[in-house]
Amino acid sequence: MAMLHTVNKSSFDRNTFESCLRLAKEGSSVLLIEDGVYAAMKNTTAAEQINSAMGTLTFYVLGPDMDARGIKADALIDGFKIVDYNGFVDLSIEHDSVQSWL
Amino acid sequence: MSTIKKFFYVNRKAPYGTVYALESLEVVLIGAAFEQDVTLAFIDDGVYQLMKNQSTAGIGMKNFSPTYKALGDYDVTKLYVEKESLEARGLTIDDLMDLKWEDEDDDWAENDSIRVVTSAELADIMSEQDVVLSF
Amino acid sequence: MKFGIMINEGPYNHQAADSAYQFAKAALEKGHEIFRVFFYHDGVNNATRLAVPPQDDRNVTKMWQELAEAHKLDLVVCIAAAQRRGILDADEAKRQGKDADNIASGFRISGLGQLIEAGIQADRLLVFGD
Repeated sequence: MAMLHTVNKSSFDRNTFESCLRLAKEGSSVLLIEDGVYAAMKNTTAAEQINSAMGTLTFYVLGPDMDARGIKADALIDGFKIVDYNGFVDLSIEHDSVQSWL
Repeated sequence: MSTIKKFFYVNRKAPYGTVYALESLEVVLIGAAFEQDVTLAFIDDGVYQLMKNQSTAGIGMKNFSPTYKALGDYDVTKLYVEKESLEARGLTIDDLMDLKWEDEDDDWAENDSIRVVTSAELADIMSEQDVVLSF
Repeated sequence: MKFGIMINEGPYNHQAADSAYQFAKAALEKGHEIFRVFFYHDGVNNATRLAVPPQDDRNVTKMWQELAEAHKLDLVVCIAAAQRRGILDADEAKRQGKDADNIASGFRISGLGQLIEAGIQADRLLVFGD
């Protein structure tokens, strides 16, 4: 069963994102929302971990939360897909269940 | 109601510093009456909820750790503790409360409620769940 | 598809209630159903009618009320969490001997069983919190 994992914390503040990566099974998706979106940016200390997980997990980031925080699409790590709230709804339907990492 | 779903409670926060652990436990207790398939996971600081020897007299808050011991009576018998989280905190299962449940189908044999599992095992268990309530 | 939504933080301090609102609005506009929105922990504070946010800020309680009105949403506030935090309806205020109630119209106070029921009845349950 494919699960959608959402992460809403900056990975520089809490270990939420790290725990999500440790426990998300191959084939599931990770959607970064709220302060979680900062982890989607290039050149951070979290980037390497994300790059190595790119093959097994699919990464999404919530566009409205990026925009609010001044993050442009070209600042994202390659492979991140941007979705809006409609896309968030679709993702939650396409997956069998949703786990919110708080 | 015939639908039985797999309910998964994710506990990632320590007790007392914030209210999440206590109010999560309240959901588990109420939820038990609905006869669903219930599993609790203790990850990251959530493992601190199960520490032995909690004594709250000095902080003036209610010690709710004895409630975990009652979970078996509510047929909540699957408490998974992530091994990596325990080890990262310098803990072993001996630092946690000894939680038991009695199996009425096996002459009330006593079983351990807490099972220490690796993150890979927990990932498998988590991926099978229908409803994930995270606190 | 039928959604259940759980909100665990109050308005303004955390984005959780806003995110949940935007998600619910998008889902409804796409023709999906929201079986129930359940307010827990400090999330019960979304249901006070006494908040007065500044004119140039959003009014989170009002946003929920209007969405509920338009789509007949069931906005449920956990009674145990609400009692701890002083969110009361008229019946509860009377029962507890309090001199006032403060719940906003469109919200109702009920038990935690409503959350479990939402988990059972909805096709997907999403948690928004801190």
